Amino acid sequence: MFSVLTDNWPLFRDGFWLTIRLFLVSGVLSLIIGTVLGAFRVSPVPALRGFGTGYVNILRNTPLTLVFAFLFFGAAKMDLALPNPFWTAVGALTIYTSAFVCEVVRSGVNTIAPGQSEAARAVGMSFFQVLTIVVLPQAFRAIIPPLMSVLIALLKNTTIAAGFSVVEAGSIPAAMSERGENQLVTLLWITIGFLILIVPLIFLQRWAERRTAVA
Amino acid sequence: MSDSDTLTKTGLVTLTGVNKHFGELHVLKDINLSIAKGEVVVVIGPSGSGKSTLCRAINRLEPIDSGDILLDGQALPSEGKALAKLRADVGMVFQSFNLFAHKTILQNVTLGPLKVRKTDPKQAEKRAMELLERVGVANQASKYPAQLSGGQQQRVAIARALAMDPKVILFDEPTSALDPEMIQEVLEVMVDLAKQGMTMVVVTHEMGFARTAANRVVFMAEGEIVEEASPETFFTNPTSRRAQDFLGKILKH
Ligand SMILES: Nc1ncnc2c1ncn2[C@@H]1O[C@H](COP(=O)(O)OP(=O)(O)OP(=O)(O)O)[C@@H](O)[C@H]1O
Ligand SMILES: [Mg+2]
Repeated sequence: MFSVLTDNWPLFRDGFWLTIRLFLVSGVLSLIIGTVLGAFRVSPVPALRGFGTGYVNILRNTPLTLVFAFLFFGAAKMDLALPNPFWTAVGALTIYTSAFVCEVVRSGVNTIAPGQSEAARAVGMSFFQVLTIVVLPQAFRAIIPPLMSVLIALLKNTTIAAGFSVVEAGSIPAAMSERGENQLVTLLWITIGFLILIVPLIFLQRWAERRTAVA
Repeated sequence: MSDSDTLTKTGLVTLTGVNKHFGELHVLKDINLSIAKGEVVVVIGPSGSGKSTLCRAINRLEPIDSGDILLDGQALPSEGKALAKLRADVGMVFQSFNLFAHKTILQNVTLGPLKVRKTDPKQAEKRAMELLERVGVANQASKYPAQLSGGQQQRVAIARALAMDPKVILFDEPTSALDPEMIQEVLEVMVDLAKQGMTMVVVTHEMGFARTAANRVVFMAEGEIVEEASPETFFTNPTSRRAQDFLGKILKH
């Protein structure tokens, strides 16, 4: 069983390393874009609210594979120059995951009593200040657990990139089967690999929850 | 016409023909009201008559459908930076205090000056401590709002409003969420403010406060200003039927 891993170590190592990079880059971008979209959805400007709502409704109801397909094939059809497969995959994952981050942020904001933002507005804060100084810091606590679910889903979703010539961990089984290795053992190792990747996320969540514990 | 007459005519806060609907509901009906600098106006009326909406319209937490609201001769801007700037000059004290739950008492008072006025931190803190002293909660400065009694929280909310050096402070039922034994401590702070010449609009049913501190009582019913009079005249000799009924009801309780 160990020989399956050790004999093919470079394949596993490179595959998971690409998975980690896909996850980290898409994760950070999704958090930023998702938070901005969340701000759109609670903003006083109807056009921004509409845009946010439309974005979320479309992306949440589109299968991720389709988002990938649109970017990889659709863009090619339209003669758009695409960056390399890695960045195209990051694009697909980010576009998709941002919609979920947006919803988490929005529902987190909704857990905060309206009186908090009214008091902040009454003091003369701008919409941006109200959000970043008063509302989001309080909403953060409610946001962390569902946000972790979104990030874990993103980690698993990176495997879809394998279908689009990105050689991340999800592409290992195909390569291993070409080499005539035991498929079941291969899958077992990949599962273990993903479980290991989730551990830091759980610690991150614990740490963030402790940091935001209110007095 | 004397100077003070002209000031009363122009007013620090002037509402002219203000109308506001919530869907079908006409909550402010052609409101005309002028509040002079240093004047204390008590707004009184049955539940749902539009008192809160009137208050919130003055700093545009609630946009209006038609009419004009002037602050210090300037029309309320509709959105953005200009509106935020205007709100900084209008203090607001809410029924449910609305202190920032994740900030200490001191931070609650310094936040506006620091973030909106860009005051020097040292100076903001010094001023905040003075104000907390003035409202009698300086010894609670490092606590969080949830650790304070309602009366203390409301006094902090008043200090928070004062820290912005507002031209006028709006109070929306500042004592109606308080236990009876805490009402007095908050009213005392407000009477004090009134004596020092702060311009105040106070929605309250505390007749004691109206009698000691108010220059004028405005009685609202069903979105209209039905009657305006000095506190003495209003409470002893209301002219309108609706004011008589209303006073009859609250005096019985
Ligand atoms: N955001 C809102 N949406 C719809 N209707 C509202 C809204 N806010 C207030 N109303 C309605 O407008 C009317 C006036 O409300 P307002 O809060 O100004 O009354 P009030 O005089 O302050 O009453 P109370 O003494 O109960 O505080 C009420 O009928 C209320 O139900
Ligand atoms: Mg009210």
